[in-house]
Amino acid sequence: MTQQGVRWTADQVLALAPDAASRKAGSKLGAAGPWSEAGSSDEGTVWGLCRGSGSKPYRTVIDIADSTGPAYKCSCPSRKFPCKHALGLLLLWAGEDGTVPRGQAPDWAGEWIEGRRKCADDKRAASAAGSPSSGDPEAARRRAERRAEKITAGAAELEQRLADLLRGGLAAAEQAGYGLWEETAARMVDAQAPGLAGRVRELGAIPSSGPGWPVRLLEECALLHLLDQGWLRRERLPDGLAATVRSRIGLSGSADGPPVRDHWLVLAQYDTADSRLTTRRIWLHGAESGRTALLLSYGAAGRAPELALPVGLALDAEVSAYPGAGQLRVALGEQFTPPAPVPLRPPGVSVARAAAQYGEALRDDPWLDSHPVTLGRVIPTPDGDSWQLADADGELALPLTPAAQSRSGLWRLVALSGGTPVTVFGECGHRGFTPLTAWPEGPGEAVTLC
Amino acid sequence: MNRTPAPTGTAAAVTDTSGGSRWEELVTSALLGTARRTPSGVAAGREAPAALLDAAAVETVRRRAGMRPGRAAARLEPAAEDPRPALPSAAARRLAMLLADRSGAAGGGRRGAAPDLMELLPQWLATANRRGCAAPPEALPALLDAARGRTDLRPAVLAFAGPRALWLARLNPDWRFALRSTPGGGAALPGLEEPMGGPPLEQSREWGKVRTLWEEGLFAERVALLSAIRARDAGAARDLLATTWATERAEDRLMFLDSLRTGLCAADEPFLEQALADRSRNVRATAAELLSALPGSALAGRMAERAGSCVAVDHTHGTPTIVVEAPHECDPGMERDGVVPQPPAGRGQRSWWLGQLVEAAPLGTWSRRLGGRTPQEIVALPVADDWQGELHAAWCRAAVRQRDPSWSRALLGSPAAPEAGGPGAVSLAERAKLLGTLRAAERADWVAGFIAVHGLSEAFQLLGVCAVPWAGPLGRAVVDALNIARDAGSYPWSFSGVMGLAERCLDPSEAAHLESLTAIPDEPENAAPGAGGYWAESFQRLVTTLRLRAAMQRELTEM
Repeated sequence: MTQQGVRWTADQVLALAPDAASRKAGSKLGAAGPWSEAGSSDEGTVWGLCRGSGSKPYRTVIDIADSTGPAYKCSCPSRKFPCKHALGLLLLWAGEDGTVPRGQAPDWAGEWIEGRRKCADDKRAASAAGSPSSGDPEAARRRAERRAEKITAGAAELEQRLADLLRGGLAAAEQAGYGLWEETAARMVDAQAPGLAGRVRELGAIPSSGPGWPVRLLEECALLHLLDQGWLRRERLPDGLAATVRSRIGLSGSADGPPVRDHWLVLAQYDTADSRLTTRRIWLHGAESGRTALLLSYGAAGRAPELALPVGLALDAEVSAYPGAGQLRVALGEQFTPPAPVPLRPPGVSVARAAAQYGEALRDDPWLDSHPVTLGRVIPTPDGDSWQLADADGELALPLTPAAQSRSGLWRLVALSGGTPVTVFGECGHRGFTPLTAWPEGPGEAVTLC
Repeated sequence: MNRTPAPTGTAAAVTDTSGGSRWEELVTSALLGTARRTPSGVAAGREAPAALLDAAAVETVRRRAGMRPGRAAARLEPAAEDPRPALPSAAARRLAMLLADRSGAAGGGRRGAAPDLMELLPQWLATANRRGCAAPPEALPALLDAARGRTDLRPAVLAFAGPRALWLARLNPDWRFALRSTPGGGAALPGLEEPMGGPPLEQSREWGKVRTLWEEGLFAERVALLSAIRARDAGAARDLLATTWATERAEDRLMFLDSLRTGLCAADEPFLEQALADRSRNVRATAAELLSALPGSALAGRMAERAGSCVAVDHTHGTPTIVVEAPHECDPGMERDGVVPQPPAGRGQRSWWLGQLVEAAPLGTWSRRLGGRTPQEIVALPVADDWQGELHAAWCRAAVRQRDPSWSRALLGSPAAPEAGGPGAVSLAERAKLLGTLRAAERADWVAGFIAVHGLSEAFQLLGVCAVPWAGPLGRAVVDALNIARDAGSYPWSFSGVMGLAERCLDPSEAAHLESLTAIPDEPENAAPGAGGYWAESFQRLVTTLRLRAAMQRELTEM
């Protein structure tokens, strides 16, 4: 694949925007007016001068061929990343109306690209020469041991709290309110078990989550208990499950699985945010291997994570899996081509098969809330006040999760379908199905729903 | 894994409910606490909570792993096919971009050099509708949301969005307006798809359905139905209205009567004459107004008679002069013909009556009454005793109502005339209306002439009635005037209204001529500080918007 002739769609460009304001500002700059001397090279560089309010135009240059997603450089003072100028320039380039002709990069753009490429080569050479040892292996082992002890103490304390809760009854927990859980979560943070802390914090919200909360609270308490017990007896677990327990507890392993090279199609990208962190999930589908993989990327609260891969593009790249049985999370390794649009679609399965796949995935990871799956030939169908995805050729249907029903993506999905079958990628779990991306039955580009 | 067939009748039960009683027992114990109750198989005592959690963990994972799809609910009737060709992909992307700007478009703040995308949506929709392209389905929710917030967008959005939008509107209460705006709740209007020139509507097979909808439909549906039929077959609509006229409420009668404005013709006269005797004063007034727009109607003849007796040319004082003798009373006949007897506060009765008579009299009769003069000559005649304002204003209203270009031209006068700029006999609002009766090219020339002499400060209303895109001379006049305003050193936001219009209405091909204006000029003496930079920014936005519009047009037409 070369960069020649392959341009992105406006949606794909706008997906790079860190927030709604940038998306808006960027789309306004996606017209020829303020731009001059714009151009693009076959190596995946786009550049241009954008007139702003000052006397000197801003110099904007983008490297779409970078191995970690597009890289940007702009002389404007904005701290948004990418800034509106970079977005506007990419939109202009995506518009293909001849305002960004192919050509030779001017010196100021060329220098930056040179610098970046050299930097990346150096890094690659350095890592090939062997990773620098991270200090004394003996000291590292002792540190790991001390942390494991702390976690063990934390897990034991949590077990005690759960036992107290169950002895007194969940009904009493409803009155105790959020404070009890916040305090316990803080204890788990002290115990250096962020996975436990996160689950405990979520328990606090369940009693106020509406009818059926005792069932949900018992489920989550039981799974938390299961995780505690898994940690306390990790020595006796099979390797894969032990690794899953460690990552659920919050002990981050490193992505040391063997690199898998494939054409990875970007199926979906979406962010979730809490008060401290923005988490970006990017689902990939391997065209040759048929594997589904998850890339995670984090940003500080209120800021977009740096990695952005627009839906509908595919990249020829290597990924390495994180440890754990059935683990879908991978790290992006070397990228051999820049992301480019492809007409590729993942193959779809029936709703019965999707539900069964989630059940099978629970074997490797009983704490799994949902599992990625592509449904083929389903019809979004209203069912009373809620919606479901019904097999076009059968009698079965999966309900959408309550969260998915309140999102605007639902209506994009319903509009795309118009009562006829569509292909839908999403997450299938015990709460129902969360649609993330859809394709029409006939030809047509992927429509993002998240 | 336990995969028993799904029990019938449970729609969308997700988790496996087999073994439900065991799970319920666990939930009950957990809710009450193991201190009060232990589930079967769990020994009471210190270890009971852990044992309960063990059992619950097994059950939870078992239930989740045994999850089965539910039974599918009744399928929706698929949306009707949209036979129109798909939008070119570049245009679809542009639409997505215009709609992405929707959120917060109303947000305040200074306008920078970037174009206002939401303002371009009406133009984009008009072009797409002219091309007859189908909307991309995934854009429909955003389109409907946009139309929900802006009623002025609704007709164009609904035309573009096509049958699938109505299908969606039936599913989402937020978009119910789409059904109200379409007769028959979005179901195809019976019999109206047939091309013009088919069999008369009243003999068509669909007439029965029309009658049913007319008799049983909601008010909004009925108004829409009547307008649709009126547009196709004026007589059929009038006959339909006549069938239920006597039983309609007064407000409804007024609205229905109003829809006869479309396709008004001499055949409507008997119906309107009869409406002159209506119980409701507003209905009577509307009927009279419609009749007076039919120059051959009996009412128009009566009004011409009355008005003619009030206005004459006096030759006794050298220059011929118009003398006016306003009516002394408002007799029952006048009242029946729609003359409102009671003037608004601050106006004399007699001049009030005169205004109404002249307004309703056919303009064509004045030439004969006033010595065979042309409209120009009549307007040029001096008017005795300060009656000129009243008389000319009434002629203006008549020219607008009767859509008479030669009278409009005469009343507008020369755009360069000194009184054209100031508060003359004819106000700017009236001028704008008069311009509306002229052909587009003539309108543009008049406004261009006006701007060349009087500048932009009064031109906003007049520009609003000019055809888009602006004709060459008009566009140049506006740009020249903006340039002059800049050189005068004022801030551009005094002209933001005209600037906004120019962005939307100037011919996109003018962009090239404007490039030179986007440079920041040296600040002249006496200029408002920083004005030059703001002007450059404004022109920058103008050029950018024009470029964008050119791109929009190109994307929609290159197929």
